[in-house]
Amino acid sequence: MATITLSVNGSSRQVDVDPNTPVLWVLRDHLNLVGTKFGCGMAQCGACTIHLDGTAVRSCSLPVSSVGNSEITTIEGLSEKADHPVQQAWIEHDVPQCGYCQAGQIMSAAALLQENPSPSDEEIESAMQGNLCRCGTYLRIKAAIKTASQNL
Amino acid sequence: MATYTTKLDRRSFLKVSALAGGGMMLSFSWLAGCKPSPEQVLELPKEWFELNSYIKIGDNGVVTLFSANPEFGSNIKTSMPMILAEELEVDWKMVLVEQADFWPERYQRQFTGGSQGIRQGWTPLRTAGATARQLLINAAAQTWKVSASEITAVSGVLEHKATGKKAGYGEMAALAATLPVPEEVTLKDPKAFTLIGTSKKNVDLEKIVTGKPLFGMDHQVEGMKYAAIVHPPAFGMKLASFDPSSVTSLPGIQDAFAIKLFKEDYVRNFFDTTTFPELVAIVGNSTWEVLQAKKSLKATWEKAPESSFLMAGFGGSAPSPIKVPSGLESTEIHQSNMDEYLSKPGTILRKDGDPEGAFKKAAKVIEKTYTAPFLAHNTMEPVNCFAHVTADKAEIYGPTQAPEFIVGTIAAALGLPKEKISIKLARMGGGFGLRAYSHHMVEAALISQKAGVPIKMVYSREDDMTYGIYRPSYRATYRAALDEKNNLLALHVKAGGIPESPIHPNRFPAGAIDNYLAESWQINSNITIGAFRAPRSNFIAAAEQSFLDELAEVMGKDPIDFRLELLKRAETNPVGENNDYDAKRYAGVLELVREKSKWNSAPAGTHLGVAAYFCHNSYVAEVVETVIENNKPVVEKVVAAVDCGIVVNQDAAVNMGEGAIVDGIGNAFFGELAFKDGVPSKTNFNSYRMIRQQEAPKAIEVHFVESQEDPTGLGEPFFPPVFAALANSLYQATGKRYYRQPFAPQLEMENLSM
Repeated sequence: MATITLSVNGSSRQVDVDPNTPVLWVLRDHLNLVGTKFGCGMAQCGACTIHLDGTAVRSCSLPVSSVGNSEITTIEGLSEKADHPVQQAWIEHDVPQCGYCQAGQIMSAAALLQENPSPSDEEIESAMQGNLCRCGTYLRIKAAIKTASQNL
Repeated sequence: MATYTTKLDRRSFLKVSALAGGGMMLSFSWLAGCKPSPEQVLELPKEWFELNSYIKIGDNGVVTLFSANPEFGSNIKTSMPMILAEELEVDWKMVLVEQADFWPERYQRQFTGGSQGIRQGWTPLRTAGATARQLLINAAAQTWKVSASEITAVSGVLEHKATGKKAGYGEMAALAATLPVPEEVTLKDPKAFTLIGTSKKNVDLEKIVTGKPLFGMDHQVEGMKYAAIVHPPAFGMKLASFDPSSVTSLPGIQDAFAIKLFKEDYVRNFFDTTTFPELVAIVGNSTWEVLQAKKSLKATWEKAPESSFLMAGFGGSAPSPIKVPSGLESTEIHQSNMDEYLSKPGTILRKDGDPEGAFKKAAKVIEKTYTAPFLAHNTMEPVNCFAHVTADKAEIYGPTQAPEFIVGTIAAALGLPKEKISIKLARMGGGFGLRAYSHHMVEAALISQKAGVPIKMVYSREDDMTYGIYRPSYRATYRAALDEKNNLLALHVKAGGIPESPIHPNRFPAGAIDNYLAESWQINSNITIGAFRAPRSNFIAAAEQSFLDELAEVMGKDPIDFRLELLKRAETNPVGENNDYDAKRYAGVLELVREKSKWNSAPAGTHLGVAAYFCHNSYVAEVVETVIENNKPVVEKVVAAVDCGIVVNQDAAVNMGEGAIVDGIGNAFFGELAFKDGVPSKTNFNSYRMIRQQEAPKAIEVHFVESQEDPTGLGEPFFPPVFAALANSLYQATGKRYYRQPFAPQLEMENLSM
């Protein structure tokens, strides 16, 4: 066990955990931030996507000890009132079915648009290839990203 | 307009005062795609008045509608309350939706599956809405001392035009809640619907996009512990022994013990499918610690002998013994066992005319065999459940499609009366049939009982994928007899599977062919199966509709024209009896898809394939358009035509269609689970290939047949035709037929990249 200080959604948080614990489980079990989802545990499905200093990472495969001073942003910290352009676009396109993968999809999309505000179809497909949606909402996800891109 | 007696559904009108003041999980329906301004946020009332199980109205006119069925993504949590709101005559902006708990005294059929939510909820929900509206009208009539028949109810406002009296629902709710339930109510004429047929956004949308806790996986309570399970490493194996100390010495681990799901004399119900009735549970302080501890558990496993148990049939019919064979099964053996049925006869399910005679005198016989593998559901949310069991009661919160089928199982396992088991319905991170089998609720309950604390049990992805309850593996052989002029004389289908047959003998093309024979067979297995989006249809549609495509080609006919000719025969002069489809509606979707897909004017380089199927009371035809781009088959577009009667929530219905089509293309290209000595070939998404953003069709169109018929389901019917429409399109693109699912390996053999 180790005491680790993390910067999460703009606040400093202290946790006492095994340093090998993936950030996913620190968020979910220790910090009560359950918006970040567990899907596969091996960075294959993207449900656990968060931002580490603005870059999309799979939190299920990121040991908490490796975070250091980097800023963690989770779906709960993406905006204050569901008003991030990506969240607004997700609402406009009524994207989700079951909804379980969508926090990860939104975090990947937000990171993509941060880096590339006007992605082409191919760039969207490539950036979102790591996020599975078992309900098959891929077309709406793509359409929502295009809408968000226009509203940045 | 129709009059319905409310007696049909008395339990909806039971007044249970304990509910008033609830409202913990409110979902605001005003979420209309823009940020709500402060005045749009509904003020919660000082007091709620319950008019029936589904509806309570606040003193300020705010309405809470309860969604009784569990939500797994088909959007019934929005669409079913829309039906209530339509008949209640309330402005959707004034509506809050709340997920009901499992409460059989108040709700009928809290089951999500078989695409039946909207179909079977249609009349009860309309009646509940109309009854509440009538109660409010009666309250106004009593207050104003006028005739109820002179009072109108529109958008939450009651009005008596002659005297100019007006009141909001909130003003009359207190009195309405005390009045006798009317014996009969009048339902609206569908032509007068103002809400049904429009598009309303998912009531949980804002919670989903902001990551609020909604799922069983997200549930946490004070003092809760975490649990993981370890199940045998192969089908056909069971626990011999284990050493608890191999894990209890690890940090954060408190206990490890075995649980047995069923007592000796327990008679299982149809949804009690359980692959491993004995498991090892590990209890600890965090999910990570219990998942890690699984790897250290020292356990020995042994081959399970043949066994049997009693299980009631679907719909609760008399129990019969189910035999579980012993042995470690392999796909290779499955395939050779299935090959035997190429020559072995099956059980005759339907026979019209003289098929044997027709085949004897045929000038030409076409015979093709189609195969599909086992599939795992792979819901994005792995199996999990929260349970808090104390000496005298149990509280369960988790994902289930079918609480009514597990409550008795939990009660029996815990030794508690059924009335002491409360099940709260979590939003499910996907279902697809898997969560009709809620063994995980029993497991979590037993772990909590033994550990003496509230626990949340979580399966790893590997546990989830290797647990069983799969879509069965199937095989179908179709034969057609043709005369010298290529007229169709007879059709013969022989199909089976491990361990069930996919045949629906009275479906099309039965009824359209003079000489018809359907035979089935099945091979028992210890690999468990369960409902998987459009059970049986999801395979037999692929086989049948691929075969009809090939047959049309041999007969020199356009694939759509050929199907329409058969359907014309079934409509005007049907063969045999008990044909369980409406040939005219079937033809209607084919005609619509022909028009919308521009079937007769496809641009050069695009390859169209068609398929149509009827299942779960709805008709769907689909045209898949593929192109070969950089040596890669790309699905450019899918056009679907659907006849499901009245469409309740337009955009949500389109979303459902898009998703099912993507799902079908994914499973047709990639879906596969094989076995070697009882061990599944894939355990996580690194090896189990799922469709992703790049493989999704570039466009999907969903067209609904205009209809005033009562609505039927949508979750499943879109799915079965995709496989054949894709196979038929790929044939146009590559010149090769695709008989074996998944298609990707064959496409790669043809040097195409997948």
